[in-house]
Amino acid sequence: MSGTPIGVVRFPGTNCDQDVFEAVAATDGARPVWLWHKETELQGVRGIVLAGGFSYGDYLRAGAIARFSPIMERVIAFARSGGPVLGICNGFQILTEAGLLPGALMRNDRLTFVCREQWLRVDGAATPFTARLPAGALVRFPIAHGEGNYVADEATLDRLEAEGRVVFRYVDERGQTTAAANPNGSARAIAGIASENGRVLGLMPHPDRAMSLLIGSDDGRGVFQGLLEAAA
Amino acid sequence: MTARVQVFVQLKDGMLDPQGKTLEHALESLGYSGVDGVRVGKWITFDVEGEGREAIERQVGEMCERLLANTVIERYSFSLEEAGA
Repeated sequence: MSGTPIGVVRFPGTNCDQDVFEAVAATDGARPVWLWHKETELQGVRGIVLAGGFSYGDYLRAGAIARFSPIMERVIAFARSGGPVLGICNGFQILTEAGLLPGALMRNDRLTFVCREQWLRVDGAATPFTARLPAGALVRFPIAHGEGNYVADEATLDRLEAEGRVVFRYVDERGQTTAAANPNGSARAIAGIASENGRVLGLMPHPDRAMSLLIGSDDGRGVFQGLLEAAA
Repeated sequence: MTARVQVFVQLKDGMLDPQGKTLEHALESLGYSGVDGVRVGKWITFDVEGEGREAIERQVGEMCERLLANTVIERYSFSLEEAGA
């Protein structure tokens, strides 16, 4: 198989790994490569995806244990050197626990695990992941999480906004941020944020589950295409 | 010395605690009126060996900062007593 190698990390309890693997494989020019949590080498991958699920059973806190696995030490070094890293759902939680993204994800404010189709607005400055998705564009990704309530102190939230690092917001079908459109109580309707250099993206919604119109949306393709272009 | 450690982790004041809120409502529906401010936290216990109390305290503090608590949203406290004392 040829193509730019993109690593898909598997922890015990990851359960969207196959979806992400398929999403990468469906991206022209990308080649998915499995990375097991115990590995200490990145096998030459040029980009990395942390898939959703319940790594280590969400024990202690979602993402807290995964953050100290052998592969994460390599992933952190890779991100710090500018390598593109995409964290989806539990992957986003792991990125915050690892300190690669600020803030934290808490329990949804309304007690329920939310599982639904969700409209998002692309906001902020252009990142590699959203190069194919212009600012203001509306996309629809499925969400499925119990702990997606994004929190950070006011100064951090202000800074994220000022630096254009709020990349996705929960909105209704008209692109408006409303209380009803915010599925989990996230501060400022934040669904996804980027690192300072824009090359680490974490989001709760699942672009990996929006890869085909056959199942409702192929808006996720842009995110994986962007990851590939950042990695190539 | 071997110390028996108890670590308490709680959401910071002001952080919404949906679990605590739900318990509060449940207590209310059981007829316990006047219950307010229910918060759910974690209680972690373990034994640890170290060179004296101060060194162990320093180490446990580090464990809390690095893993046991997420200081973005949680605060922690701990106590230790000599095991078997």
